Amino acid sequence: MIARRVVPMAIAIVAGLVMAVSYFVRSIEWMGEAAADVFNVIAAIAFVLGAGSLLKANLSAISRRDRGWGYAAVTLAAFLITLVVGMAKIGVNPSPDAPQAAWSGSQQTAGTPFGWIYEFILSPLTATMFALLAFYVASAAFRAFRAKNTAAVLLLVTAFVVLLGRTYAGVVLTDWMPAWASGLRLENLSSYVMAVFGTAGNRAIMIGIALGVAATGLRILLGLDRSWLGGGGSA
Amino acid sequence: MSVLDRLDRLDRRWIFLAMFVAVAAPILYIGVTGRTLPEKVTSTSRAVYEAIEATPEGSRVLFAFDFDPASAGELQPMATDLMRHCAARKLRIVCIALWPLGNNLAEETIANVIGADFPHMRDGVDFVNLGFQSGQQQVMTVLTTNFRKGFPVDERGRDTADLPILQGVKTVADFPLLVDVGAGYPGAKEWVQYVVTGLKGSMRMVAGTTGVSTPQLFPYYPDQLAGILAGIKGAAEYEMLVNEGLGGAPAAKYMEAQRRMGPQLSGHLLLVGLIVLGNVIHFRRSRGGQA
Repeated sequence: MIARRVVPMAIAIVAGLVMAVSYFVRSIEWMGEAAADVFNVIAAIAFVLGAGSLLKANLSAISRRDRGWGYAAVTLAAFLITLVVGMAKIGVNPSPDAPQAAWSGSQQTAGTPFGWIYEFILSPLTATMFALLAFYVASAAFRAFRAKNTAAVLLLVTAFVVLLGRTYAGVVLTDWMPAWASGLRLENLSSYVMAVFGTAGNRAIMIGIALGVAATGLRILLGLDRSWLGGGGSA
Repeated sequence: MSVLDRLDRLDRRWIFLAMFVAVAAPILYIGVTGRTLPEKVTSTSRAVYEAIEATPEGSRVLFAFDFDPASAGELQPMATDLMRHCAARKLRIVCIALWPLGNNLAEETIANVIGADFPHMRDGVDFVNLGFQSGQQQVMTVLTTNFRKGFPVDERGRDTADLPILQGVKTVADFPLLVDVGAGYPGAKEWVQYVVTGLKGSMRMVAGTTGVSTPQLFPYYPDQLAGILAGIKGAAEYEMLVNEGLGGAPAAKYMEAQRRMGPQLSGHLLLVGLIVLGNVIHFRRSRGGQA
């Protein structure tokens, strides 16, 4: 009970109070910095835990021959190759500042095997994944973006204004409008929608989130919310 | 089977093909002809340009690369233009990254801009890359009290205490300008919340972000954020201003944002067309009692 609930709660309360108070009181800023250091150490340990978890999950999938276990094998191979190439600094030349030290160079330098993995595998793969969105958005827009009710019509009109206003099409279509009606030009209308309606909505959401975060933070600091310990339960 | 039925059951691979052609055709056309579309500059993009212009020559600029290759298609052109503008204005550039792959993009940008076009700038004196630091907003918080603690060494392993460019820098407040090119968390929003707001105006910040994350930043403009580059359109507008300001015929790499507005135009037009077509089918079928 003490190890599983009281100690974690005490750590959370002390760390939370230190971070909050040190933000306002200059003389104890160092305590906030110390808490940040501890956070960084824990984050580094979490990387190791994450790697262990990834190994365990994928090795289990391979050994059980789960459906799609081949993907698990590819994930593991990619992880282990990148880890070894990066940590062992394979193919990295020593830094010009310390030529006598074999491992002094940066593994991220272009032309090294680690740099090669970044430039020719990771970079194109992540860019491709992101670019695929355009194709799926187009398909979804065709099938699902229907003016079925008033709210959907408003959404549709706004989408047209922003889609056209964010390109040269907006200028071509509405540049003929006289100066007194320039606010109705698509590029101006698009900016207006984003700056006024978008900002108003975002401010409302942000204020709501901030109040929620403050309330939850206070409940954790006071020990009233213990749901984060697992097993549910709040006072 | 009627035309409407056929369209309604259209295999989505035809839509994928249409999007491919819509994007590829202008890329080829612009690549061959070099012609780009003119942009009307919005106030947020002009504000970024003016904030950098207003920064005194020789000032230090903190340049945060908070994105990765997934969003480089939209953000890399603005990072390139921002660095070129800062270098041309003779500002001293200190690059950092709070995203692991941001460091690689910082290295690439430095090589493409400073290495290629500003060879007189000295590493460690006129510019430096401090590399990636893990910890997200914790790093930002540390920078507000002790800059060296956040980045004790630079990307090349040199002690930041020995770097001439960082002489006199105690906290992040010693930078008059922060430039953030960010794709999400941690990014511009966190810089505003954890750093800029607390400094109460002693540091100005401009941000370049992806189109989808821009609306979250508008509430901070123009108080906490002096300017925003909103997606590739914002980048194209800013690029036009920088090219006009610096004069001469810009190299292709300094036209990238404007070149990408061509595919954006045709992609958006296709989207509008598909939405209209989808709704025509919907209404015709509704009237026919088939909805």
